[in-house]
Amino acid sequence: MDYSIILYTVIALGSVALLLAIILYGVAQKFKVYEDPRIDIVEKILPGANCGGCGFAGCRAFAEAAVKAEDLATIFCPVGGNDCMKNVAEALGKTAAEKEPMVAVIRCSGSPAHRPRTSIYDGAQSCAVMASVYAGDTGCSFGCLGRGDCTLVCDFDAIHMNPETLLPEVIDDKCTACGACVKACPKFIIELRKKGPKNRRIFVSCINKDKGGVARKACKVVCIGCGVCKKACTFDAITIENNLAYIDFNKCKLCRKCVEVCPTNAIHELNFPPKKKVEEIAPAKEPVSNA
Amino acid sequence: MSNMRISPAPHIQGKQNTRSLMRDVIIALMPALAVSICFFGWGTIIVTLTAILSCVLCEWLIQKFLLKEEPSIKDLSAIVTGLILAFNLPSNLSPLLVVLGSVVAIGVGKMTFGGLGNNPFNPALVGRVFMLISFPVQMTTWPKPTGFFTSIDAVTGATPLAIMKEGLANGMTVQEITAANPDSFSYIQMLFGQIGGSLGEISTLALLIGFGYLLFRKVITWHIPITIFATIFVFAGLLHLADSAHFVDPLFHLLTGGIMLGAIYMATDYVTSPMTKKGMVIFGIGIGVVTIIIRAFGGYPEGISFAILFMNAFVPLINRHMKPKRFGEVKKNG
Amino acid sequence: MIKTFKRGGVHPPENKISAQVAIEVFNTQDTVRIFTSQHLGVPAEPVVTKGDTVKVGQLIAKSSGFISANVHSSVSGTVTSIEAIADHMGFKKTAICIKIEGDEWEESIDRSPDIIREIKHTPEEIIQKITDAGVVGLGGATFPTNVKLSIPPGKKAEALIVNGAECEPYLTSDHRLMLEAGEQILIGMEIIRQALKIDKTYIGIETNKMDAINHLKSFTQWIKHIEIVPLKPRYPQGGEKQLIKAVTGKEVPINGLPIDTGYVVCNVGTVYSVYEAVQKNKPLIDNTVTITGKKLKTQKNYLVRVGTPMSQLIESVGGIPEGTGKIVSGGPMMGKPIANIDGPTLKGSSSILFMTEEESSRGDSSNCIRCAKCVGVCPMGLEPYLLLRLAERKMNDQLEANFVHNCIECGCCLYTCPARLPLVDYIRLGKAEVLKIMRSRK
Repeated sequence: MDYSIILYTVIALGSVALLLAIILYGVAQKFKVYEDPRIDIVEKILPGANCGGCGFAGCRAFAEAAVKAEDLATIFCPVGGNDCMKNVAEALGKTAAEKEPMVAVIRCSGSPAHRPRTSIYDGAQSCAVMASVYAGDTGCSFGCLGRGDCTLVCDFDAIHMNPETLLPEVIDDKCTACGACVKACPKFIIELRKKGPKNRRIFVSCINKDKGGVARKACKVVCIGCGVCKKACTFDAITIENNLAYIDFNKCKLCRKCVEVCPTNAIHELNFPPKKKVEEIAPAKEPVSNA
Repeated sequence: MSNMRISPAPHIQGKQNTRSLMRDVIIALMPALAVSICFFGWGTIIVTLTAILSCVLCEWLIQKFLLKEEPSIKDLSAIVTGLILAFNLPSNLSPLLVVLGSVVAIGVGKMTFGGLGNNPFNPALVGRVFMLISFPVQMTTWPKPTGFFTSIDAVTGATPLAIMKEGLANGMTVQEITAANPDSFSYIQMLFGQIGGSLGEISTLALLIGFGYLLFRKVITWHIPITIFATIFVFAGLLHLADSAHFVDPLFHLLTGGIMLGAIYMATDYVTSPMTKKGMVIFGIGIGVVTIIIRAFGGYPEGISFAILFMNAFVPLINRHMKPKRFGEVKKNG
Repeated sequence: MIKTFKRGGVHPPENKISAQVAIEVFNTQDTVRIFTSQHLGVPAEPVVTKGDTVKVGQLIAKSSGFISANVHSSVSGTVTSIEAIADHMGFKKTAICIKIEGDEWEESIDRSPDIIREIKHTPEEIIQKITDAGVVGLGGATFPTNVKLSIPPGKKAEALIVNGAECEPYLTSDHRLMLEAGEQILIGMEIIRQALKIDKTYIGIETNKMDAINHLKSFTQWIKHIEIVPLKPRYPQGGEKQLIKAVTGKEVPINGLPIDTGYVVCNVGTVYSVYEAVQKNKPLIDNTVTITGKKLKTQKNYLVRVGTPMSQLIESVGGIPEGTGKIVSGGPMMGKPIANIDGPTLKGSSSILFMTEEESSRGDSSNCIRCAKCVGVCPMGLEPYLLLRLAERKMNDQLEANFVHNCIECGCCLYTCPARLPLVDYIRLGKAEVLKIMRSRK
C-alpha cells in the first residue's frame, strides 16, 4: 500500500488547518471588544433565569448595568433576592439595597360558585384577546378572566390555574416576584406584595371598583367598600378608594382583625395557623430565610 | 343572556374543516382505488385495508399511550396517509410488511414531529422510501394487471419504467426497447391503468379525475401539480429532443410510474408543501427537475418519491423567502 | 366586466334577509343614554349638566381635540345624570342620560320631507356644518368626517369614492338607504365634491343590489359628476383599501392612507348624514339599524335615535328568538358581540344580528395543517398562519418585518381556516402592540 497518500493528506489538511487558525486568530485580535471582566463575575453570581424581572433584557444586561452603575440602589434582582445582591455588591465593592422579599398575590376570588357566568366566551383562549373583546364573562367587569395568560409567562412554574375555581394560584416557594405575571394580566389583578414572616399575608382579594350593590350582584366575595375593615384596623393600614379597600403591606401588622369583620370574606389571610388564638406577631424585622 | 356566546369577529365560519378536506382527498382517491381493484383484485383490497387500519391504530396508540393526549384520528388524516401509502405499494406485498411500513409512516414520519401539521416530510412517502430501501425485492416485484378474478397468484412483471431503465442500462436504445416489449408501452393502457406498478399509481385517467374533484372542491390549487407536469414535460422533452435514442419522450414520463399520484396527491400534501403561490411553483419545478434527473441519470427507475422528499426539506427555506406580494407594496426604484 | 379587487377575499353566504323591508322610524321610550365617545379619537366634553332640559338636536357634548366629534341630544327631555355606564360590550364609558319628554326639536332644523337640491354654501361652510353636526363615518370606524374631508397640507384629493358595497352578510341598512334616500345621497356626494373641489366621484355598489344601482341611475340630473360602479360581490370589498383597488385599480401603499393615492372614501350612510347636516341643519342624531337573523320572525330596518337601549329594539321584534347563540352589533365578519343588551345604540351601530347557535359556534381549534388557505384569502397579502405564531410568542420585531400593521382585521383568515385557529384574534393583538412600538419610535 502506498503510504505517501496518507502523508500527503495529513500535510495538506494540516496546512489548511494552520492557515485557518492564523486567519481566525488575526480576525479575533482585530475585532476584539474589551469587556469588563467583572461583568462575567457578576453574571455568574446571578441566578441565570433570564426572566427580565429586574427590568433588563436578561442576566447579562443586568450584570453590565450593575458594573456600570454608581450604586446598586435602583438595581435589584428579584429572583436572587438579598443574598444574591449581597454577593454582587461584594464582588463590585458597592453596597446593595436590601429589599423585603416579595411574592405575587392574586387579587380575585371569583370562582364560578361565587361569580356566576353571564356568557360563554368562544374566542381565542387568551386573557389579552378576551379583554379586548368585552368586559368579561361574568357580571364583574374587573375580575379574573381565567384564561391563564399569567401561567404562560411564568419562567419558574410558580403559577397555575386551578381547574375548579378557574383562578390562578401562586406557589409561594417557587415565586421569585419577577413580575412577569403582573405585566401579563390585562386586568391588573396580580400584585407583588411583601412575602411576610412565615409567608403570612393579609390582603384584599378583590379589585372591583363598582358600588356595593352592583358589585355584590356580580360576585359573592367582592369588596363592597363598606369600610368596616378600615374601622377595625388599629394600624391605619387600610385605605378605601373607589369603593375598594386596600391594605398597605408596609403598615399591616398581620393582626387579622380586618379578616374577621369583612362581611363578604373579601379579605384573605394566608398561611396562618387555623383557629388558633390571635397571637401578636412581630413586624418583619429580619428577612425570612426559609424562602 | 347567560347562554350567549361571545367571541371576537368574525362570527361566521366557512364550511371547510380539516376533516372535510381529508374526506375530500379520500373521495378523490376512490376512482384510482376502483381501477386498482379491477386490475389487481384481492391484493389491492388486502394491502389497502391493512395500511389504513395499521396507520389509524398506530396513531391512536401513540396519542393515547405515548403522548397521553386526546387522539385526533377523527380528522381522518391517518386514513389519508394509510391510503396513499397503500397506493405506493405493490398489491402482492405481504400484509406484515404493510404494517411495518405504516408504523414507520405514522410513527417516524408523523408523530415524532408532533403529529399532524408538524411533520417536515410526507409521512406516506417516509414509509414508502423506508420500505423501498429495506425491502427492494419485495417492493419492486409488481404483479401483472390481469383482472379481478385471476389475480391471486398472478405472474409478476416489471413496470414500463423498470423495463426502460434496464434496457437502457444494457445499451439498448429507446426504440429497441419499445419494439421488444410492445405490451408494456401502450399509452392507452397507461391512461387506463393496464400496466404494472404500485397499486394506486397505474391509472392516469382515474388519478386525473380525482385531481379535477380536488380542484372543484377547492381542496388544492393547481399550482403544484401543473408546475410539476410542465417541468417534467419541458425537461424530459429537451432531453428527448437532444438524444431520442437514450431519452424517452416526455409523455411516457408523465403516464408511467408515480408522477400523477405524486404530483397530485403527495406533493400537494398541505403540511409539507410551501405556503405561497410563488413558493408552490418553485417547489413544483424542483420536484419535476429532480424526478427527471433520477429517472434519466440515476440508479432508480422511479424518482418522484425521492424528489418530493428532497423538496420537502426545502419547504421551510422556500417559506422564508417566498413571501406573497403585500397589498400596497411599493417597488423600490431599480 | 364587473369590477372587484383581485387578491384574496371570501364570499360568505349573503343572507340579506331584510333587504326588502322598508326603513321604519323607531319610537324610543323612556330614556336614552348617549356616550360622549361615539367616534374614533378623544371623547367629547359634556356641555350640559344634570337637570338641564334639552331639545332634539341640541349640542350636549363638544368636540375636544383635533380628532373628536360633537355629540347632540337625540331626544327632548331632562338630563338625569352624566355617569359611566356599560356599553354593549360591558366596558364603562361616560354617557349623558336623558329622560324623554315630548319631541321638541331645535328650530334651526328643517324637518320637512322636501329634498333641497340647491347647494349654496362655500367649501369652508360645508366643512364647518359637517363639524358642527358631529358627522362621523358610519362604515364602521366612526372616524370624524370633517377631519377626513380636511385634506392635510401637501396632499391632494382627486376623487371621492362612496362605499355602497355593503359586503358584510346580513346587513341591509345601506341598501335600504340607497333605495329610499337615493337622491339625497347623490346630493350629499355633490356637496362633498364641492367641498373637496374635485371633479370625479364614484359610488361602488355590489351587483347583489341591482335595484339600488338602477334606482340611483334614474337620477340623471346628478349623474354628471358621478360614476356608478357595479362591483362583483366579495368580502371585504367595503374596506376602503379594497374599494379603491376595485374601483380604480390603485393600491394604497403600506402604512399609507387613502388620501395618499388621492382618494377620499365615505360610506353611503355618512354621505346621507352630510346631506342632512348641510341642507337640513340636522346633526347626526339617528341612523339606520338592521335587526335581522335567520330565526327572527319580523325583520326590521329601523331609523333609530342614538342612545336607544338595544333591549328596546330587541323587544320590538319579539325578544331574542329561540335558538340564538350569539348577538352581534354590526356584520358577522367584523361586528362586535353584544354582551350587554341594555347598552345603548351608537352613531355607528349598523345592526343587531341574531346568530343561530349553529352559525355562531366557532368549533374546536386543532393543529395548523399548513394548508395555506389563510395566505390565499388574505386581501392584504399577509401570511396569517405565521403572524399567529409570532403574535402568540409576542415576537414584535418579526411581526413588524412581516407587515402585521398592514392587516385590516377583516377576518377572512379565521373564516376560512379549516383548523379553526383563532388567527385574527391574535393578529389583532400583535398589530396593536406593533403599532404602539412604531408610534413610540417616531
